Amino acid sequence: MFPATAWFVAMLVLPLIVVFVFSFGERGPAGGYVPAFSFANFLNLGARWAAFKNTMVLAPIGTIACLFIAYPLAYFLAVRASAKWQTMLLILVIVPFWTSILIRSYAWIFLLGGKGLPNVFAALGLGHIQLINTPFAVLVGIVYGYLPLMVFPIYVSLERLDKRLLEAASDLGAPPLNTFLSVTLPLSMPGVATGCMLVFILLMGEFLIPAMLGGGKVFFVGNALVDLFVQSRNWAFGSAVAVALVLVMLVTVTAYMRFTRRWSGGRDDISLM
Amino acid sequence: MSDRNDFISRTKFMEELMRYKKGSVSRRHFLGVTGLGLATSVLGATLSRQAMAQANIGDRVVIASWPNYHDPADFESFKAATGAAVDLNVFGSNEEMLAKLQAGGTGWDVFVPTNYTITTYVELGLIEPLDMSKIPNYDANAFDPRFAGPGTVDGKIYAVSKDWGTTGMATNTANNNSKAVTSWKEFWDITQGAFSGRTTVHDYQLTTIGNALKYFGYSFNSVDPKELADAEKLLLDVKPHLFAITSDYQPAMRNGDAWLAMCWTGDGKQLNRDMPEIEYTLGKEGGEIWSDFYAVPIGAPHRDAAYALINYLLDPAINMKETLFHGQPVADARVNAMLTPERLADPILYPAAELLNALEFGAAETLTNPDRAELMARFKSA
Repeated sequence: MFPATAWFVAMLVLPLIVVFVFSFGERGPAGGYVPAFSFANFLNLGARWAAFKNTMVLAPIGTIACLFIAYPLAYFLAVRASAKWQTMLLILVIVPFWTSILIRSYAWIFLLGGKGLPNVFAALGLGHIQLINTPFAVLVGIVYGYLPLMVFPIYVSLERLDKRLLEAASDLGAPPLNTFLSVTLPLSMPGVATGCMLVFILLMGEFLIPAMLGGGKVFFVGNALVDLFVQSRNWAFGSAVAVALVLVMLVTVTAYMRFTRRWSGGRDDISLM
Repeated sequence: MSDRNDFISRTKFMEELMRYKKGSVSRRHFLGVTGLGLATSVLGATLSRQAMAQANIGDRVVIASWPNYHDPADFESFKAATGAAVDLNVFGSNEEMLAKLQAGGTGWDVFVPTNYTITTYVELGLIEPLDMSKIPNYDANAFDPRFAGPGTVDGKIYAVSKDWGTTGMATNTANNNSKAVTSWKEFWDITQGAFSGRTTVHDYQLTTIGNALKYFGYSFNSVDPKELADAEKLLLDVKPHLFAITSDYQPAMRNGDAWLAMCWTGDGKQLNRDMPEIEYTLGKEGGEIWSDFYAVPIGAPHRDAAYALINYLLDPAINMKETLFHGQPVADARVNAMLTPERLADPILYPAAELLNALEFGAAETLTNPDRAELMARFKSA
């Protein structure tokens, strides 16, 4: 027990305590942190409302977009692809992770920039369409960057699915769509829930993709934090924003877990089979 | 010390040095086996004495600097001469450098701060007064005091001059009837008109707020609440018309997405060199003039190597190669004496006196003022 506890305290609890204590402090004259006890930083949170709003809107949209693109891919990999191709295709899903997201974002900057896709659209007579530095570009980056994190949990839950259940449904006269909706989909829900959770939590703290593909105009809480610590050096207010973000996440994730537990609770009988 | 077998190891070097000192080998033998002979024959007699004195500066030196700001060949020749490899960390703003140094544990030996930061670094005890005996290449009389002066605080030299420049604007004149934008009034107006969606501003409060203040004719350095409120209103009005808020604007200017950029001298020079239709101009109301320095943080892990590197880069012959590479003017008269008249007449590097006189140096308060920092945050998150 002891090593685990020590690890937990050193790596998780201590940094959180530091952030919590800092959040009641003040900014030093040249930046940094000066000890104090005031709620001023929390009362000032409204100054970052736009960042919270952007994050709370774009993170769920990004998660859902990831889900809708990842599900068919995971389904194809787990159910349709032959064993020979399966491993190959799975490796292809991971391959982009071998290169830094920074480098891959630069590739998207080019693709979405004026000499990239908009150039193609213009050639097709669609006129000048700006893609780069818009919320759309940020969503593209998010879906691209986080897709594997959604694909894998869904893939695993579909992989473990007992294929005889599908045969049984079909033998009992269910058309393919019904089989999918009443057998495959419910059984893959644990994977969907895990994937959504993973992507959503990481998106709430995302800052690199909005900074690169949003041109500094699409602002997440993560960007507000980076600016507060690295640019304006207001560590006290930055800590308060971080504490607020942790609280928002705790509430959202708890609600989400209750919801998914209740949802899959009624299906326990099936998943135990 | 080195993974290349044409360099000798540090221990071997010390052994040879001891043998040479004891007189058991000749100077020629010593220089031959250590490779210093070759280096000294290239770099001249002055350096050979220094290289001897600095024989034990270590195998590494860490410098924090700016993008496109050093000729990699000069770092290579430094390594060949001293055995210390240069590890370059690139930063995007003075605020970021200050934040890192305040947090501590940077591992930097040398860094490149801008004029208005130096008093803050001194007050916070983050940089050391330089030991000028270790920088013999710095000749105070050769440097223009306008640019080298801010390195001296309370009579002590804390930082030595690297180069200087201005903050103006780069216009792709192909999109504006071959005319460059020449005032901050025009910069912000055209952005809300014909250039909507085509302008970039720095992701840096000092210059973005400073040049918004110039729209109204206020000081670049203003911290007056009423004047800042005017600047904020302008910035919020302009924001929907901006292409981006970024300090990395060269790619967007080069591929034609952006037509107008808030721009520093070196970027302006590089853009204009490669695409003559992009012109670099100063706002006629004024704006910023700045100078950059070399400084040594307190507790630099490779302090001897830090001094050796600064001294090396200030060698006029090396500094000339640096200025030709990064495209910023330098304040060293010894270097300017070696440059061609065409170079010294380049209006991007050396603007006309009436434009230059209207410019202001950034003030320490401009960087650290919390109201300006919050204004920038509101602008970015709006």
